[in-house]
Amino acid sequence: MALLRFAVFRFLTMLATLAVVSILVFAIITLPPGDYLSNQINELRATGQTAGIAKAEFLRSEYSLDQPLWKQYMIWAGFMPGPHGFAGLIQGEFGWSFEFDKPVSDLVGGALWMTVLVNLAAVLFIYAVALPLGVLAAAKSKTWVDYSSAFVGYLGLATPNFLLALILFYYGNRYLNLPIGGLMDPKFEGEPMSFDKMKSVLIHLIIPTFVIGTSGAAAMMQRLRANLLDELGKPYVETARAKGLSEARMLSKYPLRVAFNPFVADIGTLLPSLVSGSVLVSVVLGLQTIGPLLLTALKSQDLFLSAFVLMFVALLTLIGTLVSDLLLALLDPRIRFGGRER
Amino acid sequence: MSMQSDGRFVDQAPYNPEAAAEARSAELDMSNTRLLWLRFKQHKLGLVSGIFLLLAYLSLPFAGFIAPYTPNERLEDYIYAPPQAINLFHEGKFIGPHVYPTTAEIDLETFSWKYVEDRDAPAKLEFFCEGSKYNLVGFIPSTTHLVCAPEGATLFLFGADRLGRDVFSRIFYGAQLSLTVGLVGITVSFVIGIVLGSIAGYFGGFLDWIINRVIEVLRSLPELPLWLALSAAVPSHWGPVSVFFIISIILGILDWPGLARAVRSKFLSLREEEFVKAAEMMGAKPSRVIKKHLLPNFLSHLIASATLSIPAMILGETALSFLGLGLRAPAVSWGVMLNDAQNLASIEIYPWTAIPMLPIVIVVLAFNFFGDGLRDAMDPNRS
Repeated sequence: MALLRFAVFRFLTMLATLAVVSILVFAIITLPPGDYLSNQINELRATGQTAGIAKAEFLRSEYSLDQPLWKQYMIWAGFMPGPHGFAGLIQGEFGWSFEFDKPVSDLVGGALWMTVLVNLAAVLFIYAVALPLGVLAAAKSKTWVDYSSAFVGYLGLATPNFLLALILFYYGNRYLNLPIGGLMDPKFEGEPMSFDKMKSVLIHLIIPTFVIGTSGAAAMMQRLRANLLDELGKPYVETARAKGLSEARMLSKYPLRVAFNPFVADIGTLLPSLVSGSVLVSVVLGLQTIGPLLLTALKSQDLFLSAFVLMFVALLTLIGTLVSDLLLALLDPRIRFGGRER
Repeated sequence: MSMQSDGRFVDQAPYNPEAAAEARSAELDMSNTRLLWLRFKQHKLGLVSGIFLLLAYLSLPFAGFIAPYTPNERLEDYIYAPPQAINLFHEGKFIGPHVYPTTAEIDLETFSWKYVEDRDAPAKLEFFCEGSKYNLVGFIPSTTHLVCAPEGATLFLFGADRLGRDVFSRIFYGAQLSLTVGLVGITVSFVIGIVLGSIAGYFGGFLDWIINRVIEVLRSLPELPLWLALSAAVPSHWGPVSVFFIISIILGILDWPGLARAVRSKFLSLREEEFVKAAEMMGAKPSRVIKKHLLPNFLSHLIASATLSIPAMILGETALSFLGLGLRAPAVSWGVMLNDAQNLASIEIYPWTAIPMLPIVIVVLAFNFFGDGLRDAMDPNRS
């Protein structure tokens, strides 16, 4: 019951945060002077093409870009009726991309799933790498295992993601025959999901996952190691050893459980940087996620497209944080019953 | 020292109270700074990194003197020239540091330029020589370089880029922007973080609630897309200097929440202490209590943690410039230089265009180690 109340409370907070984020996103995007359509109209005027102007003017009033900013926001978010009644984010209408001359929802369709897939793969990679390495580094602290994993970790933190991506791509293709660019073989694009397509996507995912996950895994590993080391110094560990428990059993039975909390909680703080990384890496590696779309949209001031992509990215992190919070509450009764006051 | 019958060792010399007092007071009498230094010195990696960073920052004003070329000097005959080695021995004889002049030849099979060394004519390097004009420390015009290319030869230690500019020289000029971007950014984030964090922690109540919500929202958002959106808003007609400042401010604006949270939690616990009560009762205004009584308690520790977020900003600038939304040519930064290495072809054919990656990795590592050492030395909770 307490867990349910906690979940509902967290969900409501998330919705409120999302509303604030939407204001922030809209404000940032409308910050630069001018917008796509007025730029286009000016350009058309300068070249004397009157036919295009009418269309642009029509789009302008259609998407109420001639309204004051706060009204534009309300209509875009779906709090206020626009020219076609309520048609905003809440109603599932994401607007029109002027740059690509298509509805935003058509444009981003598949990219959304690919974004989720890439990030999910990165999270799994982080757990799969950080858990064993972190435990190993703590259990064998101050040995070559510890030092070399720390060294690799630091290097992972310090190398810019995008360069790591390029270099791995080059060598991966050269020596391991890994495919270059994209998220699947071009021949599978637009085809229904099949076993071969799945395989192609998985093989294409190897390098992006590695690149996006490395710095996160390094941070996570160091945190786990530090927590575990703190626990290993405590008297109960001594007791367990004195009673003759084998090292592996002792580790997994007590200290690891205590040190595990931050491991789950951290994914909430890691996710924003993970999503950031995936945007950057997607641009460099040409993955069909929303990263490259965001970049083009921002560069050409394509209002609705960039606003939607930013909102989606924010939503992704917020959901991730929500899930990690709920998992944490499941794991740790103190959080569930502790309430808000400390 | 003698052994007792029960196996203990006992010193026979009479107890000397003065010596014991002296041994203890040596540490107690030391100034705080000296204690910090002693503790910091034990962290060898941090010490080395600190010295390296100091040297790097000190070299910034003298970039023009160290670099053999100026950043935008183009040698059209040497587009994509590969790195040259400095040799000491010519045909088994020591003749001092020299390079071999190269000439471009077209390779009709791959249709690319090939640079052939002329092994017979070693050209000795010149030191403290006259070269192209630059401004020392930003305003003293000078033409003296530490080392220049000899007559008729070139000196491309790290090769040349697609416009025939020397990568080695550009790395030194790029450091001026890439290294300072973090400092400006951290200053912005430091000021915002301390002001908002102390307001939230000291006054509490509604202000605290508002600031806390803002922190939560900002922390839950991915940084890079927001950086991208904000930098896309920078007008394209601005000069390099204003773009540089606005980019550093953008980097700082999204970084303060972590700092503000640390400040706030410290304030929450410290404001209940007796010395704060005493100061308040003597009529000190909140601003005085915060500045004179509360902040000095943990400022050094805050500085240490701030050091750890500088590398994130350096990487952020690099990423933005790399994507073409940060600093723009003719400004030179490491990110702008890496923009040339954006595709696989250039990594494969001209790997030296990716060399600016090395200083980035080294500087970021150094900042991490230095910050770790500093934090360990300044940690007030250290046993």
